[in-house]
Amino acid sequence: MTPLLALRGLSVAYQTGEGRLPAVRGVDLVVRAGEVVGIAGESGCGKSTLASTLLRLQPKDALVEGEVLVAGRDVQTMGWGDLRALRWAQAAIVFQGALHSLNPVRRIETQIAEPLRLHEPDLSAAAVSARVAELLEQVGLPATRSRVYPHQLSGGQRQRVMIAMALACRPQLIVADEPTTALDVMVQAQILDLLSGLVRDLGVGLLIISHDLSVLSDVCDRVAVMYAGRVVECGSAEQVFTSPTHPYAQALARAFPRVGDATARYAPAGLAGDPPDPLDLPQGCAFAPRCARVVEACVEEEPPLLQVGGRQSACIRVGQA
Amino acid sequence: MTVPPLLEAAGVGVDFTTRAGTVATALDGVDVAVRSGEILALVGESGSGKTTLARTLVGLQRPTTGEVRFEGEPLSYTGRAQRRLCGEVQMVLQDAAGSLSPRQTVYESVAEGIRLHRRVAGDPAGRTEAELVAAALAEAGLRPPERIFLRYPHELSGGQQQRVLIAGALALRPRLLVADEPVSSLDASIRGEILGLLLGLRDSLGLGLVVVTHDLGLAWNIADRVAVMYLGRVIECGTTEEVLESPQHPYTRALLSVVPGAERLTPLVLHGEVPDPTRIPSGCRFHPRCPSYADGTAAGARVADHCRRTALPVLAATGNHRVACHLAAAPDF
Repeated sequence: MTPLLALRGLSVAYQTGEGRLPAVRGVDLVVRAGEVVGIAGESGCGKSTLASTLLRLQPKDALVEGEVLVAGRDVQTMGWGDLRALRWAQAAIVFQGALHSLNPVRRIETQIAEPLRLHEPDLSAAAVSARVAELLEQVGLPATRSRVYPHQLSGGQRQRVMIAMALACRPQLIVADEPTTALDVMVQAQILDLLSGLVRDLGVGLLIISHDLSVLSDVCDRVAVMYAGRVVECGSAEQVFTSPTHPYAQALARAFPRVGDATARYAPAGLAGDPPDPLDLPQGCAFAPRCARVVEACVEEEPPLLQVGGRQSACIRVGQA
Repeated sequence: MTVPPLLEAAGVGVDFTTRAGTVATALDGVDVAVRSGEILALVGESGSGKTTLARTLVGLQRPTTGEVRFEGEPLSYTGRAQRRLCGEVQMVLQDAAGSLSPRQTVYESVAEGIRLHRRVAGDPAGRTEAELVAAALAEAGLRPPERIFLRYPHELSGGQQQRVLIAGALALRPRLLVADEPVSSLDASIRGEILGLLLGLRDSLGLGLVVVTHDLGLAWNIADRVAVMYLGRVIECGTTEEVLESPQHPYTRALLSVVPGAERLTPLVLHGEVPDPTRIPSGCRFHPRCPSYADGTAAGARVADHCRRTALPVLAATGNHRVACHLAAAPDF
């Protein structure tokens, strides 16, 4: 079966005044129906740039190489008509920051109906409002609230509206960029429950992008960890969160303490230093300058992402005795 | 006679009148206390009143009822007294990027407080302004400090911005720091660094620290004591181990169960959000969302009537593990 989404050797670079800035460097990734895949990484690791290429939403000056296949067709090269038909109807994105992504002067029913009106212009007004009511129920908002404005809703409710919008045209693939950032723990749990429920009930594929590895470990089947534009570790969510192999993935996993874990008491785990400047990537492994286990070979060439016992890791020390 | 805590809130209530004339009770009788060298975490959902309490503790918000005491003395809200308190109690605001002026260099941002409080003239070691700024930046972990004097906030990473904000607070040599969500907008790898810094400041300078957060992992990482807030009240408090390892209140248990990555607990996702503070539920304010009330556990212990009707007392700020719950107090529970 053709996967819902397949990235093959995807690279994205921005042309800046100071030269070519590589944001994503050679990423391969597959999302199948009924599967939840997570991408974890810090600000600047290229995860949002990657998301923008999935529906060809990247800025004009971005240079995209490799393939982005949605249901087997390359999004980056298809015609405009095909692309318009694909957006919302086959794949939809729930954007970061529900606070700013909704139009403040339009009722939420109008905003949820917008993709419907574009993709199914023959629908009657009554059918549109019936579908909007159904969508609101599906995301756990009472249909009676369809006429409110975004400012009348809490952050969690606005995020639900964003999800309802994404579901409007029954897409096969949903991409959620930081869906729970800025929400507090209980609302975060509610939104994650909602998203997992949609995958279970509708059989869609879901790609979640987040800086919070612990969130991804709870809802994802597979997780890819990105650093400086590359995937450095990829495996089952369980493997990546509880026994990561790449030193960066290890640091990321340790950053979220488990309540009750005596080793984390009065000992917050951090990672010194900042991610590298993409305009001036270090020689060899991009993580080497911050890595505690660096050896000479690390700075010679960039380690490839290799298969090691059911998962992939881009560290030359992994797999060595 | 016992030494009074460095800073304490006694029966603090804060009401806000909405434009429609209704009264929203953001804080409804809160007792908390923090001592020198102690880290207190205030945890709860959005709307629980934790940020209002933080603002009240530093004197930015005047309580409607009750009082805030610094070393046993009630705060006075005259300009002069406020200014003096500012030198002792500093607040580190949420959202470092938004709290720094984009048009001020790091040096100007940190020096502002030093100038307003005339700390150069008052410095016992006779240091210059530049030396005081450098010392504060170094304490906040920005070394060597001179290198970032002339940088603007947009040239700094999120972690560095947060450190500059902390340096600005430290420059006044406060004895207590109140930090509102100090790491919520930071990347995972930076988070541990900033928490380590806060912990280090407590150890090296003996600072008292109040950390406002919805992140229970953070509390577990650094706090000595935890106070869990719900709708303007503290509903459970005690040492971090007591509250987080053997939580008694159903709300605390629910919060703990939804911390991501906590696979040993069955997630107990509460419905809805913290209710409207203009209409605080009768009896126990948590009962409309309480899982133990909904599933009949409270009725089984014959306290369901109390949950609906009997208000709970305000918890004392210090001492043992305390909880405001009829069910937890029931003999046959």
